[in-house]
Amino acid sequence: MIVSIEKCMHCGACVGSCPQNAIYLTDVVLVFNENCNRCGRCVKTCPVGAITMEGKK
Amino acid sequence: MKTLKYDIVVVGAGPAGSMTARNAAKGGANVLMIEKRQEIGSSLRCAEGISHKGIEKVGLKIDRKWVSTEVSGAKIVSPGGKVLKIDEKNAGNEVGMVLERHLFDKFVAMEAARAGADIMVKTSALDVIKENGVVKGVKAISYGEPVRIEAGCVVSADGYESQVARWAGIETVQKPSDITSCFQYRLTNIKHEQDFCEFIIGSIAPGGYVWIFPKGGDTANVGIGVLLSKLKKPGEVKMYLDKFIKSDSRLNCGQPVEAIAGAVSVSPPLDKTIMDGLMIVGDAARVIDPITGGGIANGLCTGMHAGNVLAKCAQAKDFTESVMQEYEDLWRAEMENRLWRNWMAKEKFLTLSDETLDSVINTIGEVGVEKVTVHNLLLAIKERHPELVKEFEDLL
Repeated sequence: MIVSIEKCMHCGACVGSCPQNAIYLTDVVLVFNENCNRCGRCVKTCPVGAITMEGKK
Repeated sequence: MKTLKYDIVVVGAGPAGSMTARNAAKGGANVLMIEKRQEIGSSLRCAEGISHKGIEKVGLKIDRKWVSTEVSGAKIVSPGGKVLKIDEKNAGNEVGMVLERHLFDKFVAMEAARAGADIMVKTSALDVIKENGVVKGVKAISYGEPVRIEAGCVVSADGYESQVARWAGIETVQKPSDITSCFQYRLTNIKHEQDFCEFIIGSIAPGGYVWIFPKGGDTANVGIGVLLSKLKKPGEVKMYLDKFIKSDSRLNCGQPVEAIAGAVSVSPPLDKTIMDGLMIVGDAARVIDPITGGGIANGLCTGMHAGNVLAKCAQAKDFTESVMQEYEDLWRAEMENRLWRNWMAKEKFLTLSDETLDSVINTIGEVGVEKVTVHNLLLAIKERHPELVKEFEDLL
């Protein structure tokens, strides 16, 4: 998964919505761990479209 | 590694976490509250509306320093422009006043500190410590340094993101039809009605609504929530709001001074909010009202009960589920039926067309509603559209 740091508002919407608990929000950075199975829910949840899936446009 | 020992560690310094820390510390417990952000109450993720009752019920004294604006009622606008205006001074949970959350959250945290709780900011929980399957504390990072915090009870007050409970083994994730994705501007130089919180429903915000909450003078929080199951494209939530603002002549002259995003749960509450060594409060416990998306009052209320029960647990040095059951019983008695009823109402309303919503708003106006509460609105709907509330009329 690719996060646009220019678009991300660090709101945590993707974190709470992730079925795998694979996303972690530090004070300012969004991190994906190996639990991510590319289900794409975070892509849809993100209110500003900051997350994209590698290999997909 | 640095190791700290407390009776209770609260993860998250929002209203629910601070209320828990305050009441537990007041009752004599040794409490630490950690907050990952460098500033409590920032950044904002909230439309900031609450009733007076929601604050007073938990024993906090209203201070004008953190009240932005008092409102005298609510306006609900249907897709076709039918307006239901409820003018009242004694509102329900959704209207009454609009807070300054960056000041309010600090105020409740200060109350916790004055009661004797310790606070650490810029300190993130990374995982729970478990021994023989029982939660015994959290691993955290504070100003870049790892720290081990051992505690009799960990309180998950980490909001919508809620990872602490999941690390401990309680599943808190919601289905897409129970998640609302939100975006909000603070708009200035606009011509909204300054005395009313406004809710605009219909297909302009599928499964949710647009809100205009006054922030004094020509400024307001203008935001939108859209149900995740109704979203199709990335970034659509902001697009829906931008489109609405552009189409509204009161708002399209405005300029933003802040933009925020976030998500809220619009689900029934968790089945279980305690386990040995763990308690869940506020948004993390999924106690946000599924109709309004309002969470401050319910969060404060769960925090109050959690703190009171934890003080007793600390005295008895017993943080097992059997002792903490009182917390579960207290908050459920207070709000569980209401949360389930409003969730069922939400499930029903998101199936309604714009035309039906027009007719519903119209007829509620004819019946008349004196006091803005979801309950009163549902009762008015029951009178004219009994078929819409049939599935949950026993909860009305």
